[in-house]
Amino acid sequence: MSIASQMLEYFRRKSKAILGGGEKAIEKQVSLGKLTARDRITTLLDQESFHEYDLFVEHKCSDFNMDKKQLPADGVITGTGKISGFPICVYAQDFTVAGGSLGLMHARKITKIMDHAMKLGLPLIGINDSGGARIQEGVNSLAGYGEIFFRNTQASGVIPQISVILGPCAGGAVYSPALTDFVFVVDKISKMFITGPEVIKTVLGEEISMEELGGARVQTEISGNAHFFAHTEEECFEQIKKLVTFIPWNNRKRPDPFPPKPPKPEYDIDSIIPVNPRQPYDVRDLIRGICDDSDFFEIQEHWAANIVIGFARLNGETVGVVGNQPLVLAGVLDVDSSDKAARFIRFCDAFNIPLITFVDLPGYLPGVDQEHAGVIRHGAKILYAYSEATVPKVTVILRKAYGGGYIAMCSRHLGADFVFAWPSAEIAVMGPEGAANIIFRNEIAKADDPDAVRQQKVLEYTEKFANPYIAAANGHVDAVIGPTETRDFLIHAIEISRSKTELRPERKHGIPPF
Amino acid sequence: MSDEKKTQRLVIDDTPYETRYTRKFEQRKPWQPPDPRRVLAFIPGSIIEINVEPGQRVRWGDSLLILEAMKMKNDVTAAQDSVVKAVHVKKGDKVMKNQLLIEFE
Repeated sequence: MSIASQMLEYFRRKSKAILGGGEKAIEKQVSLGKLTARDRITTLLDQESFHEYDLFVEHKCSDFNMDKKQLPADGVITGTGKISGFPICVYAQDFTVAGGSLGLMHARKITKIMDHAMKLGLPLIGINDSGGARIQEGVNSLAGYGEIFFRNTQASGVIPQISVILGPCAGGAVYSPALTDFVFVVDKISKMFITGPEVIKTVLGEEISMEELGGARVQTEISGNAHFFAHTEEECFEQIKKLVTFIPWNNRKRPDPFPPKPPKPEYDIDSIIPVNPRQPYDVRDLIRGICDDSDFFEIQEHWAANIVIGFARLNGETVGVVGNQPLVLAGVLDVDSSDKAARFIRFCDAFNIPLITFVDLPGYLPGVDQEHAGVIRHGAKILYAYSEATVPKVTVILRKAYGGGYIAMCSRHLGADFVFAWPSAEIAVMGPEGAANIIFRNEIAKADDPDAVRQQKVLEYTEKFANPYIAAANGHVDAVIGPTETRDFLIHAIEISRSKTELRPERKHGIPPF
Repeated sequence: MSDEKKTQRLVIDDTPYETRYTRKFEQRKPWQPPDPRRVLAFIPGSIIEINVEPGQRVRWGDSLLILEAMKMKNDVTAAQDSVVKAVHVKKGDKVMKNQLLIEFE
């Protein structure tokens, strides 16, 4: 055979495999508003940077006449490439090939690229679009899922793992995304659930559509399973491109620094917080008033909005920001907000990203539903995550820091390296009203005019205790600083903490209250 | 900057705060103490057998009905000695979780 005919044979095989499930199936995919698996990869990655492997992998199943069926690339595209010059490993399930169903070789292609990502110390991006297990392959298909879950867990905290749900992702398949760090969904395209509408209808008699059960809005607003919501696939890819600029390649590196930029002038930090401590404000405006270019990249924006988490830069360095949100439920901690913050804190700690915490909360949310949902166990997650973290931890107390909420929000006592407080800070065991009602209960009850005495006592308590100076006198606060000094204090704190070392007792792993 | 939306009140430790509610907070159900005179479906499923009728005296442990769910036949029994006041389901009914099945005097 001449080289020319060898090349011809190579092009023939390659062009057939690249076509995936064929033109009809591609037409159907596009008619649903979806890109093909290959287009998704090339849209997400830098131009010409994608290098594909295992294009000629074939399945080995012979049951149910499967030996007569050829499934190009076994329904998944794997390879390496770059996003804004940042190297990554990627796979994308191809729904046009047997519905993107997962057989053993399909799974082995995924685990192979995962193993590469681990060896090379590179982030992994998985694009999910699959009908589920390839039933004809039976238990081998289950083996495939299990091998993926095992690697997701081994890679957790070693390389960043990103899941993109661009189609159905149902049954056992949902557990790979669930084990990864960030899950991206797109409106009307993403669908995630353990048991689908049909099973729910037959077993339980409840009727619900796929969208209402596990669509993108449900996963970002109600369940909290997904971290980023987009209206289109293109918007989703832009979000991923932005995310990778904030995170390092792996747990032995730091995120790449960017050229420092001042915050934008329209975020006037002096006028964001209302004088009345009972009035709300949007803590994100305050974060934007402090960070570089007022660019705050929020995560899980639509779920448990009483706490805000996300990435920003200070003097060009990535920081992870956690802030109570007085605008929503007065910024209380509850089951969901504790869960949300704790996982983010652990991500930042694993990937060498310093933590900045902005505190303004009246405490934990009261209620039977909270107690019965296990707010004790869930609330403990945030204490655990902050105490465990050894990255630089800097806390700024803006206004209220009462009781258990004060302790939980990265107080000195949980190992904060620096705790700063604004003059408006109120660091106390509880708010003046509640405290006065308890401490002066008898005096108020016996008074001729209980309301007047109560008001007097509240005023006295406020003057004496609702300030940062008692905590500062005890050394629980390192410095009382003004709003405009805050950026400078934070940048300095992060800068001098670069080589911070904190040794912890040797152990296999801790046992957080999952 | 953030959009202007109406705020609501949330009282914590006697202090009312102006803030916004989440959908989950608005939809939370007020807690009610369990009532031993009302037998509710503990799982969604189908009623495949009813063993009591109104006016009937039952003793602790007597079978009231069979609730089939997830391919299991659950024998729902009386938690106390009592008299059946009303049976709210019939054989073959599909019931939701926490649906009222039987009431005692």
